[in-house]
Amino acid sequence: MQGPDWKQRWGGLFFVAPFLLLFALFMLWPIASGFWNSFFNTSLAGVKHEFLGLQNWRDLFGDPAVWSSLKNTLVFTAMSTPPLVIIALLMALLANRKGILGWLLRFSYFAPFVLPATVVTLIWVWIYQPGFGLVNGLLTAGGFAEIDWLNTENRAMLAVVITTVWWTVGFNFLLYLAALQGIPAQVYEAAAIDGANGRQQLFRITLPLLSRTTGLIVVLQLVASLKIFDQIYLMTNGGPNYATRPIIQYIYESGFTSYRIGYASAISYLFFAIIVIVAVAQFKLFSGRGEAA
Amino acid sequence: MTTTTMPTERRSAAPATRPARSGPVKPRWTFAGTATAVGAVILAALWLVPLLWALDTSLKPEPETTRAPITWLPEAPTGDAYRSVIEQGDLIRWFLNSTVVSILVTALTLFVSVLAAYGFSRTTFPGRRVLFGLIIAGILVPPQVLIVPLFQEMTGLGLVDTYWGIVLPQVVAPVMVFVLKKFFDGISRDYEDAARVDGASRWRIVWSVMVPMSRPILVAVGIFTFIGAWNNFLWPFIVTTDPSMMTIPVGLANVQGSYGLRYAQIMASAVLGGLPLLIVYALFQRHVVRGVGDAGIKG
Repeated sequence: MQGPDWKQRWGGLFFVAPFLLLFALFMLWPIASGFWNSFFNTSLAGVKHEFLGLQNWRDLFGDPAVWSSLKNTLVFTAMSTPPLVIIALLMALLANRKGILGWLLRFSYFAPFVLPATVVTLIWVWIYQPGFGLVNGLLTAGGFAEIDWLNTENRAMLAVVITTVWWTVGFNFLLYLAALQGIPAQVYEAAAIDGANGRQQLFRITLPLLSRTTGLIVVLQLVASLKIFDQIYLMTNGGPNYATRPIIQYIYESGFTSYRIGYASAISYLFFAIIVIVAVAQFKLFSGRGEAA
Repeated sequence: MTTTTMPTERRSAAPATRPARSGPVKPRWTFAGTATAVGAVILAALWLVPLLWALDTSLKPEPETTRAPITWLPEAPTGDAYRSVIEQGDLIRWFLNSTVVSILVTALTLFVSVLAAYGFSRTTFPGRRVLFGLIIAGILVPPQVLIVPLFQEMTGLGLVDTYWGIVLPQVVAPVMVFVLKKFFDGISRDYEDAARVDGASRWRIVWSVMVPMSRPILVAVGIFTFIGAWNNFLWPFIVTTDPSMMTIPVGLANVQGSYGLRYAQIMASAVLGGLPLLIVYALFQRHVVRGVGDAGIKG
């Protein structure tokens, strides 16, 4: 029999098979069928199946809603990424201490991250509420005018960004904290012996040693911010007047509200391409810098 | 803020601890150190305020929540909001669904990812490199772009409004295979060889050598998978339409509408929805914090 031989050659496949099966069913298949659908006029029920060629793709480039929602996604990304990196670094520097205070700081900074989006948005919609919400309560107590944060076009995005920073900065904070704790104590002892003061240690040792981590966090954060949907959908539903509607919400609406499956798939692909470009470009940049360092 | 003075206290104190016993105990108090601690606590307070405000609101009687100017502490704390939320809603049901879904996602993800990571790390078979490359490429695919075709597929499979419909797509986590494979690569082969001499099969080796040796990282990625599954909004939102199949995040999305302007009740449901994971996190904080470092979830 050729049993053992066969087992030696193909046995390994047995270990990867369960994952591969799920990977094929729930990732490769939808990627392929989405691409296929983008050339058809498919409704959600899949009954109509009329070949359109590149019509969906042409529509997409001429659709102002695609570009405005893409712009909103990019604006959100540009507004949220810097604070999400800088505040995370600040928090890590502050919370890198032992004892009960260290525990409390780490708990407070990361706690919001474990909450579901819905809980976060319920709380923040209430906080932004005009009349008796916390923010406006404080504003009026301080003699300022109230702001209807979520219903004012140039305030809504800011409100969403503030909520997002509060909610998700904890993850970047933990990445920084792990990196900080990975710096050997001897490095600081040696610097202290050489007479470096705290400020010099921070700028000459800590921050340079964290530059790789920063590169990584920026990449992860850009990609995460580009995928914005939950908070905006739940807080403003894309409004007021579509001023905050992100691209994923437009994909969702095209597919599940307008039932234009093919069109939604085409937009998905545009968005996917952007994510890949950002991720690959940043990764090249980052790994290149890493080798040089 | 106090960025520039930050590490002074901790760092300069560190070398001083050793001789401390021999000499007189010097006060380790420094102005910079205190300022840093105060800054840290203020920031922490700022981060806790929204949570405390939600808790605070949930304990007020309804009329007090919409009074201006705002009151800080409830004048007469009451559990009414919690009682009505639990009695009238599907909250308990959603909680149950979230628990089932999150446990299934975590267990299945760990199971298939450990097997795949072992396969890619320790065995050879034709096409191994190509398949691994394909999975690595999968890391780049945001699940959000797949919602439309995935929903169609689930409709075709009859899995809409079922646990499996919610769970299975979330089990496909290429990054998990990548992280675990990297970790397995770092484990010496001596242990397996010893086990093999004793007659252990590869299947046995996975579960009685590799898994015990990677416990910390498995705990860490397990906790993150669980949090991710518990909090996932978009996919469960799309694949469930029946309120009795919804998870907590999806169910709560409708709460604002159904409770109207009863803020104490809305906040009570938010507190109940957020509390389980806050407790889990408080208990496992060490694992979570260390896990991020060890696991190199950073990639």
